[in-house]
Amino acid sequence: MASYYLEANWDDLVPIPQDDGPEPLTPISYDKECYSEAMSYFRAVALKDERSERALSLTEKIIKHNPAHYTIWHYRQQILFSLEKDLYNELDFITDQWIIKTYNLWDKELAFIDKLLDDDVRNNSAWNQRYFVIFFNPNEPTEELLAQEVQYGINKILLAPNNISPWNYVKGIIAKSKEQDISVLEGLCKELEKQNIISYHALGCLVDIYESRAKRGSIEDKNLGIKTCELLAEKRDNIRQKYWEYRKQVLT
Amino acid sequence: MGIFNGPCPFDERFTKNDGYPTKSSTIQTSTERAVYNKFKEFENANSLKQVKLYRDIHFEYIRGGLDHLHKYFVVLDASKPWLCYWMLHSLDLLGNEITPDIIKRGISTISKLQNVTGGFGGGPGQISHAAVTYAAVNVLATIGTKEAYDIIDRENLYKWFLKLKKPDGSFIMHEGGEVDVRGAYCCLSAAALTNLITPELTAGTSEWIKRSQNYDGGIGGEPGIESHGGYAFCGLAAMEIMGKSEELDISLLLRWASSLQMQVEGGFQGRPNKLVDGCYSFWVGALFPLLEVIISRQYEKKHENKERDLAQSLFDRESLQEYILIASQSPKGGFIDRPGSSPDYYHTCYCLSGLSTSQNHVVYDVKKHKEDLNAGMRSLLWFEDTEDINVVGDSDNLLVHKIIKYFYEGN
Repeated sequence: MASYYLEANWDDLVPIPQDDGPEPLTPISYDKECYSEAMSYFRAVALKDERSERALSLTEKIIKHNPAHYTIWHYRQQILFSLEKDLYNELDFITDQWIIKTYNLWDKELAFIDKLLDDDVRNNSAWNQRYFVIFFNPNEPTEELLAQEVQYGINKILLAPNNISPWNYVKGIIAKSKEQDISVLEGLCKELEKQNIISYHALGCLVDIYESRAKRGSIEDKNLGIKTCELLAEKRDNIRQKYWEYRKQVLT
Repeated sequence: MGIFNGPCPFDERFTKNDGYPTKSSTIQTSTERAVYNKFKEFENANSLKQVKLYRDIHFEYIRGGLDHLHKYFVVLDASKPWLCYWMLHSLDLLGNEITPDIIKRGISTISKLQNVTGGFGGGPGQISHAAVTYAAVNVLATIGTKEAYDIIDRENLYKWFLKLKKPDGSFIMHEGGEVDVRGAYCCLSAAALTNLITPELTAGTSEWIKRSQNYDGGIGGEPGIESHGGYAFCGLAAMEIMGKSEELDISLLLRWASSLQMQVEGGFQGRPNKLVDGCYSFWVGALFPLLEVIISRQYEKKHENKERDLAQSLFDRESLQEYILIASQSPKGGFIDRPGSSPDYYHTCYCLSGLSTSQNHVVYDVKKHKEDLNAGMRSLLWFEDTEDINVVGDSDNLLVHKIIKYFYEGN
């Protein structure tokens, strides 16, 4: 007979114990009265493919013990479909991005991200979400919007020049733009340098700028790029010494 | 080299918050302090030459887990093959023998998890799952005997892989489950080891993974999702298995991966502006041998088979070892994410794997690779060269060789 832990009536079922075989590796000392028993009844229910209220409540009990139990979640999903339950309560599963796409919430989302970045300008997930809103939107972004976004990123860099997230963001936007080139960030990098603000992201950005011009044949930029890589490797960004030496090698 | 011996004074390495602290920078500062204190404490008590891998203690910790796990491990009750893989792979990296007793029990345990409809579940009677199947096949590969290989029902495994495949080339994790780049990697890795890679299985997958590469160069769980160290490894490794890595923006991915090595801690973070974690010693650290090989290949193509100088790897190997051995090694056995945490088997496996990555230099062997490709083997078979004290093994190559040979040469 089932214990008090399982509230529904299970007398019609014979619980099926777990078959691990002899001397299994990594055996878990289950809480016999709760988890093991619930799982034994689950195996019996699943064998019958029973989709009932009592099966639904059983899945809930097991998930409380082990939220990563995907077999139970899968079974729960099937019960919910069979019982034609209101799925609103299960909405936790669905990603934010799915909601934005499905309900066309693009504009609202951008305002929300502004707030997230005002709270913490280093919130990398928010920066990624910003990019998603602009480029996964069914409306292709205009060059005007992209220019605004570059400016938005630059303003955020000026708040904290050692924050990598907006650096990645503006470079990502520029790479997508037909009208803008990485050189638009040169002014920003030079300005930081002038103010004696040390940011290895700014120096790294200069390497990108010099490299793009060196590729078009500028010897002067090639030499500037090499010098900047050396500065980064030896002093400013020593943990990435190997990386900057490689970038230098590519330039040479 | 390394955090202690570098040209940049230790005290100047702290991340600048530019006088504009936020939640992320505050918690970063306190993490840097904690790791710094751990390093200082170590430096005061020992010379750096005394950095040690506590092999025996780790062995005891792992050996215990193979025989008994406390009831709170119920949260991993849908991950049995993972538990087995983390432990057996750790033992293997530490150079411990996989004894006949463990071999017998391992084969029996894993065989109970195989479903007649193909693939392996996280526990007996559980439905098949891509990640769990990857772990199960890796356990059998680690065991490395014919009996272990022979339990794999390849025919149904292949049919099940196809059930997970979506028309856009992506893979779901299990029937009724979510799409995720882990699905693609786990299925393709298991398929590569068991000689089940076909054009049908890989159609559209490289295009889908390419769409998951983000503006910052990293790879997310699916297109539009934030880049993450674990997903990036899965994405790049899957591309490499398919021979399609060149479709990614490799220099951008390298820039992103490099940016994740922490300047005070020496270990890796999984995403920009997040905290260091020992497990990324592998997920991010192991991107480098792959990237180094891809870059060499590109170089050789461009320069008519002239070999690139591969004496250098592209990340700071010494600093990573210092983080793993000083800041994430538990004196009670096992490894942790960062100081202050308790050890677990997941972090133990991936810290040791990261240590192996930072101590064994895999070198791209063009000739060998071409031979393998001609034999239909899309896998990473290079030779290695060991260079450090406290070395953990890199038997992966040997084990991978062994299982692949078995399934490709017919059985």
